[in-house]
Amino acid sequence: MLSIIRTVWDVFLHAFRRRVTIQYPEQKAYLAARYRGRIILSRDPEGAERCVACYLCAVACPVDCIALQATEDNTGRRYPEFFRINFSRCIFCGYCEEACPTYAIQLTPDVEMGEYNRQNMVYEKEHLLIDGPGKYPDYNFWRVAGVEVGGKDKGEAEREAPPTDLRSLLP
Amino acid sequence: MISPYPAVTLIVVLIGALTMAGGLVWAERRLLALWQDRYGPNRVGPFGVMQTLADMIKLFFKEDWIPPFADKWLFIMAPGIVMFTVLMSFVVVPFAPGMIISDLNIAVLFFLAMSSLGVYSIVLAGWSSDNKYALLGGMRAAAQMLSYEVFMGLSLMGTVLLAGSFDLVDIVNAQRHMWFVVPQFLGFVLFMIAGIAETRRLPFDLPESESELVAGYHSEYSGMKFGMFFVGEYIGILLISSMITVLFFGGWQGPVLPGIVWYFIKTFFFLGFFILLRAALPRPRFDQLMAWGWKLMLPLALANLLVTGAVKLAFFP
Repeated sequence: MLSIIRTVWDVFLHAFRRRVTIQYPEQKAYLAARYRGRIILSRDPEGAERCVACYLCAVACPVDCIALQATEDNTGRRYPEFFRINFSRCIFCGYCEEACPTYAIQLTPDVEMGEYNRQNMVYEKEHLLIDGPGKYPDYNFWRVAGVEVGGKDKGEAEREAPPTDLRSLLP
Repeated sequence: MISPYPAVTLIVVLIGALTMAGGLVWAERRLLALWQDRYGPNRVGPFGVMQTLADMIKLFFKEDWIPPFADKWLFIMAPGIVMFTVLMSFVVVPFAPGMIISDLNIAVLFFLAMSSLGVYSIVLAGWSSDNKYALLGGMRAAAQMLSYEVFMGLSLMGTVLLAGSFDLVDIVNAQRHMWFVVPQFLGFVLFMIAGIAETRRLPFDLPESESELVAGYHSEYSGMKFGMFFVGEYIGILLISSMITVLFFGGWQGPVLPGIVWYFIKTFFFLGFFILLRAALPRPRFDQLMAWGWKLMLPLALANLLVTGAVKLAFFP
């Protein structure tokens, strides 16, 4: 009997504690920067888009919601002709972000993507591409890659040694 | 002494009881949320006061389906009996000096008789639904209510002894010097427990057992019939709170404010306490409930009556 009275008194004291409800939409829950929300395509620090249309994200995706087509511009740089993510299929697992070699595709802590029409949930490249570098502000894939494109030759990338001269006898 | 305009008081009490039951729906949801560290309904009106209206509109729009296998007239009549008995019990409650619909000189017996009739509604609801779970709920409710009614009457007899009359106005007047909760504390506790069991309120709500028996005796009810059971239960709590204030806490007596205000303050306090019990306590098993009622509460009620009678005879002949 005494434990019952103690329980009732304890629950009564709960009236003086702060309530834990977050009153959406006036207040929003805190989402960390690595929260797996809406997917974006980012640009490198110089402003060109990072995506090189390598198809790795489409291959990694467990539900096959990414569709893209590669093409080259006149300087030899690859870019996606179209890039489509079907968000009614996407499970926000983050495998595409882990697979991407250029940090192009990223997941952001934005979750407000509700739609009435399912066709509006298929995002094209113009909906996905953002103006900034996203979560990785200093990375430019082309500076570290060994491909000769964008005005640099073989052996001129960051942290890369020049190619060995096959006709010289020196080590 | 009957109020000079009994018809007006009647209408006022009827409308007041139904309105307060509607307000209780909102108050219960907000208070339960307060004690559970969350907000209750706060979107529909200012502080969510329109929530009851929204619920009522929703209930009216629901399909009023009577199961084809049910006993039709009993099915329709059962919720009505609940409302009828609790509203009738309000006829004898004194709200303020002179403000009572009917000053019966056997008011306490009338209240006990009406609460006994209330058992019928639950049993008929369970039986007429032609549904095993509903029948189980109805049987549990009948057993629980009958057992707890036994010592409800006995716990009231202490106050009747002290006041010397079954008339509720006389009982209120006899508390001029000292509220009956002081000499009859055990009787107060027993009556409160019995009242919670009579209205099938947590922790004694096994008959409706929201998580155990689907919905117990009102599983087959939808729409406004369900609404009537619901509202009937809230008016029942209102009635028990009123009876507690009248019998043990001096009714409308208090220092500065008018009588009716004190009556409402005390009644609301007990309503809040019943909602706190709902927020705080787990539900006992049915055999634990019955054992408690017969083996603990009934002997305590008899002992209380014995001691009260003995003291009254010895010291106040």
